[in-house]
Amino acid sequence: MTGLKLIGRKFSRDKLAFTGSLIILSLVLTAALAGLLAPYPEDVFSIHPGERLQPPSSNHLFGTDSMGRDIFSRLLFGARITLIISIIAVGASMLIGVPLGLLAGYYENWVSEAIMRIADVFLSIPQIILAIFLAQSLGPSIHSVILALSVTYWPWFTRIVFAETRALKKTSFIEATEALGAGRLRTMLLHVLPNVSSPIIVRSSIGMGFTILTAAALGFLGAGAQPPTPEWGVTIAESRQFLPDAWWYATFPGLAIFLVVMGFNMLGDGLRDILDPRIRRGLE
Amino acid sequence: METPILRVDTLKKHFRSSSGLLGGKTALIRALDGVSMDVSREETFGLVGESGCGKSTLGKTILGIYRPTRGSVIFEGRDITHLPRKEVVKVRKDIQYVYQNPGSSLDPRWKVKKILAEPLLIHTPARGAAVEKKVEEMMDAVGLTPQQLSLYPHEFSGGQQRRLGLARILTLNPKAVILDEPTSGLDVSVQATILKLFTDLKSRFHLTYLFISHNLGVVQMMCSRVAVMYAGKIVEMGQTSRLFAEPLHPYTQVLLAAIPLVGKRKEEGLLLSGEPPNPADFPSGCRFWPRCSYREERCTIEEPPLVAVEEGRAVSCHRFTGSRA
Amino acid sequence: MDRSPDTLLLNIERLSVHFHTDRGLVRALDHADLRIHRGEVLGLIGESGSGKSTLARSVLRILPLSARIAEGDLSLSGEDLLAMKESDLNARVRGRGITLIPQDPFTSLNPVFTIGTQMEDIVKWKGSAGIGHGPPGEKVIEILERVQIPSPRDQVGKYPHQLSGGQRQRVLIAMALLPGPDLVIADEPTTALDVTVEAQILQLMKSLVLGKGISVLFITHDLGVASQICHRIVVMYAGQDMEEAPADVLFSQPRHPYTRELLESLPNPEGTIRDIPGEIPNLIQPPPGCRFHPRCARSTALCTQALPEKKAMAQGHWVRCLYPLES
Repeated sequence: MTGLKLIGRKFSRDKLAFTGSLIILSLVLTAALAGLLAPYPEDVFSIHPGERLQPPSSNHLFGTDSMGRDIFSRLLFGARITLIISIIAVGASMLIGVPLGLLAGYYENWVSEAIMRIADVFLSIPQIILAIFLAQSLGPSIHSVILALSVTYWPWFTRIVFAETRALKKTSFIEATEALGAGRLRTMLLHVLPNVSSPIIVRSSIGMGFTILTAAALGFLGAGAQPPTPEWGVTIAESRQFLPDAWWYATFPGLAIFLVVMGFNMLGDGLRDILDPRIRRGLE
Repeated sequence: METPILRVDTLKKHFRSSSGLLGGKTALIRALDGVSMDVSREETFGLVGESGCGKSTLGKTILGIYRPTRGSVIFEGRDITHLPRKEVVKVRKDIQYVYQNPGSSLDPRWKVKKILAEPLLIHTPARGAAVEKKVEEMMDAVGLTPQQLSLYPHEFSGGQQRRLGLARILTLNPKAVILDEPTSGLDVSVQATILKLFTDLKSRFHLTYLFISHNLGVVQMMCSRVAVMYAGKIVEMGQTSRLFAEPLHPYTQVLLAAIPLVGKRKEEGLLLSGEPPNPADFPSGCRFWPRCSYREERCTIEEPPLVAVEEGRAVSCHRFTGSRA
Repeated sequence: MDRSPDTLLLNIERLSVHFHTDRGLVRALDHADLRIHRGEVLGLIGESGSGKSTLARSVLRILPLSARIAEGDLSLSGEDLLAMKESDLNARVRGRGITLIPQDPFTSLNPVFTIGTQMEDIVKWKGSAGIGHGPPGEKVIEILERVQIPSPRDQVGKYPHQLSGGQRQRVLIAMALLPGPDLVIADEPTTALDVTVEAQILQLMKSLVLGKGISVLFITHDLGVASQICHRIVVMYAGQDMEEAPADVLFSQPRHPYTRELLESLPNPEGTIRDIPGEIPNLIQPPPGCRFHPRCARSTALCTQALPEKKAMAQGHWVRCLYPLES
């Protein structure tokens, strides 16, 4: 049975991964089809002061906010922003972190030392503080959030890829491949990389959850997306002065964040089990 | 006399190991400490010894997986000891290495077809149909079917994985093959099948084998000449039949006596006591003296050289190195 | 060797074990029989997939969760081990009445405790009927002397990775003998060792076990090793027991075709290589009847009907074969 089929089978049986992926799928669909699903798509921008702070009703599923905008519609569009931020941030981290990890793991000299020490430096930078700093210098925006997240998250990938590459070097097939005359680049890209892809995938999933949470926190602090962007964290920030009366204002964006982060974590955990190397040995 | 296809001259390989948290003390591991030997074209030369004797290190150093610390390796008359990387790659076409643990020497994520094709893609301009044809030929040569090319390594049994390892290197038509423990971990019947395969392939492709093994029975059957290693050096070398019939070095004698053979109850006297020496800290003089029942004072001071005692036989023991000091 | 019914220690009858895997039901053991008497060293020889490890683990009831004992009887000194409660098994059988010398000395000891600690744990937890009197520390020293570890007092404080393979194997043997077991299961105890160390260990085991009333189930794939230490040998193939005989008789006059082919495929100095045609069968869909029949030159359609009954060839020599070899 091919690797992919085996993975597919295991996937459908693992409740964690399955539920997680359902949640994520919903998120993606929501983001993509926000325009169609939202009852009041114009509420991303237009305001209706007459309908402000109305509790959830049949007209407004999640109620309205301080500007009379439909929270449900804005949440749906917020999903788009959330996804964009995390995909770019995690993607950039991967693009930086994975190659560095490969190099550090494969070589066993000053190159590896240098890379890992640099990774350590970046790991010790507190994300939120850097984001606030960038917000101050470059002006707060989604871009500064993405920058802050990418710059601080890539070392996680480097570390994992480094550890896995080192472990792989102990098996003789890397040595055997070199003994055949394969060059270093070839070995790294064609042999090491596919074999470390599983931990990378798991880390990406968990990383998505992590960046979403941080992006929301930054939005909440005002260091990221700015109003009137319907970002979830920004919405929660807006709701502060109207709590606890307008409970729906904070609860629904909060729930959305919670659900999505949990979804990515479940997916990541489930994937970790499924992509266990044992799968390659035919499920003994 | 024809020039040997492979000659090794006082080959040494030392490793530095760091002990202690900050790499304070380093120990010098003398894994291979001065080995010289010849292998003739289309011969099967056996290399025996127990763990830590340096036989695997010798194989890997000859191939160039390890850079020698000292000494030289001459292949087909050409010194290949210190070649630049590009040249080394070319040499790898002619002299190849088959790994001890076949499962872990094959990329678990690659289909077998890709694995077997890789050497050709690296070393030759051949592509596409030509590569496919060669790969299928090799599968057939090792007794596997082309249908199995779409499988992954873990879907094969241990014996079959060994064949795959062989097939992979045979795609390059090497002249010499270093086999590292080719039958370890195999069932007796599977071992017999693999040995038959080695013999077939040797005559078919005119191969020379360096047969590294701790299994003396197999070596006795397959190798025309054999060298016994202990503590990084060769202690005895010669024609297999003569050596097994009349071992001269005390270690060889004990080694042969230790083999549990069906129907032969062992005499207790020849039991070897103690442990092999620590390669970071060899005894002075002959490395075997702490465990040798023939030892004399001379043995603890002076290392015996490897000397020829008769046509084609050499021993490294003071009992054979001429007059006493 | 007294092999009367009252010295029967371990009795296994028609034991079948199945494993539930994603690929299907693996029929690892098929109606296997085994009998060990007190003081006897019984060798269990087989290649991969023969079921020898499964059989050993069944005796201790330490099979993985995916395994089911489909049928059969298993009793130790008359007590039914299959019906025994887990608590009883742990208290009286595992590590006490029956001990195990595991396969790989390099990974069978806990790396974070000294060997002294690990051995004292056994003394405190499983008893030390196998060794004299004194505080646990002294008992450990004494048994280390018995397994011929030099300067035991210096060794007890060492961690497993500081010992060589041979020394670790001696420690494992010591740990198996400490509780004074009736039966020791030795699972390939010398396979991972160099040949000179193997010779030492075999010599040691013989001296510790023979004449002391301890029975040993000695599992190995190496016929040479088995011939050095075993009184009797059972040959297994693909989950079925094929032949049982005293060691010297088995090697000189094998009656089962598989046994003979196995002996002939051993390396010999003449250089003729004989192998057995075919391959070890898939245990999810094993050949019906005698599982060796697809590779046997003597088989007929009758061999596929059912597992052959055990036939007595001579005193203490049994074969499961419809067409055993002539003597």
